[in-house]
Amino acid sequence: MKYAVIKKEDLNSWLRHLQKKARLYGPKKKEGHFIFRPVKDVNEITLKYIPTILPPKKYYYPQKEKLFRFKVKPFKTGKAIKAFEEYILFAVHTCDIAGIQCMDIVFREGPEDPNYLNRKDKMTIIGIECLEYCDKYASCTSMGNHEPRGGYDLMMVDLGEKFIIHINSEKGERLVRGLAYIKEADEKDMLNLEHVREAKKRVFKEEFNASLTKVYEAFDKHFASKIWQDVGKRCVACGNCTTVCPTCYCFDVLDEMGLSLNEGIRFRIWNSCQMEDFAKVAGGEDFRKGRDGRQRHRYYRKFKYPVDKFNRYFCTGCGRCTRSCMAEISLVETVNSLLAEEGV
Amino acid sequence: MIEREILLEKMKISPYKPMKGKIIQARMLTDKEKFFRIELEGKINLHHTPGQFVIVSIFGFTEVPLSVCSSPTDKGYFDLTVRNVGVFTDRLHKLDKGDIVGVRGPFGKGFPVDNMFGYDILIVAGGLGIVPLRSLIRYIMYNKNDFGHVQILIGCRTPHELLFGEETKEWMKRSEIKINCTVDKGDPEWHGNIGLITTLIPGVDINPARTYAVVVGPPVMYRFVITELLKKNIPEHQIIVSLERRMRCGLGKCGHCQIEGIYVCQSGPVFNYSELRNFKGECHEKAT
Repeated sequence: MKYAVIKKEDLNSWLRHLQKKARLYGPKKKEGHFIFRPVKDVNEITLKYIPTILPPKKYYYPQKEKLFRFKVKPFKTGKAIKAFEEYILFAVHTCDIAGIQCMDIVFREGPEDPNYLNRKDKMTIIGIECLEYCDKYASCTSMGNHEPRGGYDLMMVDLGEKFIIHINSEKGERLVRGLAYIKEADEKDMLNLEHVREAKKRVFKEEFNASLTKVYEAFDKHFASKIWQDVGKRCVACGNCTTVCPTCYCFDVLDEMGLSLNEGIRFRIWNSCQMEDFAKVAGGEDFRKGRDGRQRHRYYRKFKYPVDKFNRYFCTGCGRCTRSCMAEISLVETVNSLLAEEGV
Repeated sequence: MIEREILLEKMKISPYKPMKGKIIQARMLTDKEKFFRIELEGKINLHHTPGQFVIVSIFGFTEVPLSVCSSPTDKGYFDLTVRNVGVFTDRLHKLDKGDIVGVRGPFGKGFPVDNMFGYDILIVAGGLGIVPLRSLIRYIMYNKNDFGHVQILIGCRTPHELLFGEETKEWMKRSEIKINCTVDKGDPEWHGNIGLITTLIPGVDINPARTYAVVVGPPVMYRFVITELLKKNIPEHQIIVSLERRMRCGLGKCGHCQIEGIYVCQSGPVFNYSELRNFKGECHEKAT
């Protein structure tokens, strides 16, 4: 089976089925925003949501992650996590799936990161395709992430009365197989899917004023542009943009001691290149002074450096950095200003 | 190379878990710098290249990257020399013979010693730069017949801050190695040069095409020293530097050590000047 369909009224039955299979995380509403949470009551799940405050990265790359246990005397290290549990991320947008693909590349590159890979190994992704824009901050069309591009086990598309589900892995197929309310899609469903995708083309337009290749060229040429000073002047160095970014993974290391002060746990915790001391060494030299340089670094880590290294843009177009910026620094505006320097 | 495989295997299980390292020697070299000799569990060798670094853990105080200052030809242990500048190093200075630290590594790319075979070597060490360079100097001493003429220029602020003074005298006894020291500010007992290390470079006698210059020192020193070396016509790819950066993981992940798109912990800390020249503005050590 490549495509399956489920009626909307059967969705909750399926969710209850999924709950039994593994720990289930899904989007729900909270104080006017949306967040991913463990699903207790399937009625809480909302499928019409704009990107959550934090991407699901908090589950596969936790904000505070145990690396190992230690004892000071006698010197000893041991496992901090006994076993990683199976989990399902439900109703993930295509932009966030693109974020997971970026993280995969980073943590698979040698030396591999066993913590990330163990969590990724236990992950099942059920995506949902957006048929309308979340808000004005997204740049998913320019980034090519408004449509599914792999990286998921199942992908749901709203066809009105039912969802059509693209089955993209064996893991995914096991979650839809043998259920009376999930049937193989017929020709009419496939035709409907084509219509929906056609209609979508009229809604989603490139948000940048030029193609990604041109964007890359603009970044390549305008490292010294005045735009970075402008962005730096507005930035308040809060680090919101990097915290909410699905492809930001910089970290710091933290030791927490138990009461005996003889044993403890080493953690890694999210860190942000926007912090003042991020690149400062013990002797006092700061290798990335100024908010302008630090903001530029963030942008180059999305549009230039990973393209050179992995042939992949690390902006997913989710728009979270803009949405969460206290100084209203807009990613789309910044990129378009840079393109304007190129005369685009 | 079974030991090397043991190290790699440990990295595979968890690259974050340190090995056990026992301090077998510890002594103050100056008011601020302490020397440690460390033996890994099972006395296995670190198998590093001169110029590589390790990440040293003290549980409860996290971990920091430190240059290895012994040569891989010194077997059964490795050496560190650490200046007391912060919370971690202050704690490290309190440790003594018999105490245990955690060790991860070796990490990064060291000095290109194989490429340097048969060349004359000009070493320029400013301040603490002598620490990673001691690894290279000891390696060259051990394999002296593989290298041409060796000259070493050492600079520091005051005669008190000169590291490895006794060892330097020993090196000097070998007539074929020229060592020249300078201090920024002398004292009554100092009879050597006074002035910045850059002032020593114009006077060195070298055949530039046959010379590798290896420079390590504080960030501000590089651009002046490199300018002088380029004036001497040493080819850019034969000017070797080692860069200091903040580091957490050593695995090219945590992001702290990045210069533009490059992770210094993986692609460096050793670079040649033709690599450095391509950086657009985040590399303070670049000559302008």
